[in-house]
Amino acid sequence: MIKDITLGQFYQTDSVIHRLDARVKLGGTFLFLISLFMFRNPFGYALAIVFLAMVIRLSNVPFKYMVRGMKSIIFILAITVLFNLFMTPGNVIVSIWKLKITDAGLKNSIIMILRLSLLVTGSSVMTLTTTPNNLTDGLEKMMGGLKKIKVPVHEIAMMMSIALRFIPILAQETDKIMKAQMARGADFESKKLTKRIKALIPVLVPLFVSAFRRANDLAMAMEARCYRGGEGRTKMKPLIYADRDFIAYGVLILYFVVSVFVGRLKIMNF
Amino acid sequence: MSFLKTKDLTFEYIRRDDEGNVESVVTAVDNVNLDVHEGQFIAILGHNGSGKSTLAKHINAILYPTEGAVFVDGMDTKDKEKLWDIRQRAGMVFQNPDNQIIGQVVEEDVGFGPENMGVPTAEIWSRVEESLRAVGMYEYRKNSPNRLSGGQKQRVAIAGVLAMHPKCIVLDEPTAMLDPNGRQEVIRAVRGLNEVEGITLILITHYMEEIVHAHRVFVMDKGRIVMDGTPREIFSQVDKLRELRLDVPQVTMLAHELRKKGVDIPEGILTRKEFISEIKKLYGKVY
Repeated sequence: MIKDITLGQFYQTDSVIHRLDARVKLGGTFLFLISLFMFRNPFGYALAIVFLAMVIRLSNVPFKYMVRGMKSIIFILAITVLFNLFMTPGNVIVSIWKLKITDAGLKNSIIMILRLSLLVTGSSVMTLTTTPNNLTDGLEKMMGGLKKIKVPVHEIAMMMSIALRFIPILAQETDKIMKAQMARGADFESKKLTKRIKALIPVLVPLFVSAFRRANDLAMAMEARCYRGGEGRTKMKPLIYADRDFIAYGVLILYFVVSVFVGRLKIMNF
Repeated sequence: MSFLKTKDLTFEYIRRDDEGNVESVVTAVDNVNLDVHEGQFIAILGHNGSGKSTLAKHINAILYPTEGAVFVDGMDTKDKEKLWDIRQRAGMVFQNPDNQIIGQVVEEDVGFGPENMGVPTAEIWSRVEESLRAVGMYEYRKNSPNRLSGGQKQRVAIAGVLAMHPKCIVLDEPTAMLDPNGRQEVIRAVRGLNEVEGITLILITHYMEEIVHAHRVFVMDKGRIVMDGTPREIFSQVDKLRELRLDVPQVTMLAHELRKKGVDIPEGILTRKEFISEIKKLYGKVY
């Protein structure tokens, strides 16, 4: 059960988007998100939708995977829409009992739905087409400038990739410990919440102890293999820009400029 | 040529209380003198707590001697400037395969050592390929380590050390967590490295079957080396091994018991083949 956890939800297939440099995808996602908050009219959103649809097409990832990401935010989405719908002052269109729907409220909720769903779909395009490892590598390279103000960029990236490597191992271990405790009569399925929380303590304690032990072992193994921080280290799979990455950058900037320009025109303004 | 030399090596685990006063001192390694030549296959035996793992960690400069000195390829392990040279020349494989694999893909893990050493990218790839082939794991290079069996993981760990081009590999109970099949896999792989590539092996274990092919065996007890010789010399002293709470291989035991009952069979039989041929010598063909 716990073993099935997948993190980073990478979708294995081959496409132009998959082959793009992680830095391009990180930068692109960032630009896309910014653009969403700059639009003042519906045309901007229309452009964003068309652009995102094209990228999804190119990525060869089935559309249902994208929608899966939406499921997790449906609750947040519903709450924001409800608040916006009933709490925004303006001209009343419909009123049911004490609740009033205003024109401004309706507009706000539509914008909210658009923004949030584009936001989530846009970032899941990135995580679905980039391996977690590639993503940490890209982050490390992009944050390189922060080294000058003494941010331990390499160490952070190394910690992230080690954490990703150990998630399935620790999940398996949790499974094992839970089974061992269940064999001795522990009750994880009690209806009482307090009882269930209490039952977790004998799982967490051994899990933590073993995680520390593993960390100690791993540190020793890394040192034995000459690990001494990021300095003087070479890469087996270095990130090198190819022609397609420059083209992608061009396309992204073009999208950003055009969509923001169109999205801020003073027609049908919100 | 001598590769590893320890001179009166002593190591103490010192436990201190909150004020820094010494509470207890445990001498894990006590006055050990070793001399290992290049290309040798050395086995170090001992039951739990005999100090064999502590000794192993000195070879890779993870621990430093309390007294005495360790020389790896002529370099003193206390010399801080030589630290990385020593770690590159004497690679180390640990007991738990999960806790020493860093990469999320097999090939990336094998590349970790060379990356740390600053080897150029193109050479990393060639080293990774050659190391994975040497342990027979090349076809798994794109796999996630989590999907491999224990023996396979341990072979990946060995390849990871091999990619650093060491002269010597220290294996600290590499088979303790494996099933019999995995154990055989790993031992076969490291023996191949010793015979084909001439890499010095220092195998620390408590499984007797694994040391049958070693050139020299050291038996440790309470931090001291108590026996030293070829496997045959060691296994001829069944009673002494038992005193040290160590088992001997089944055939060796059988020969020993037969000898006690008056059968004229030599001590120190190591393999089943040897045993059969000795019996045939005594009784001819028996049907």
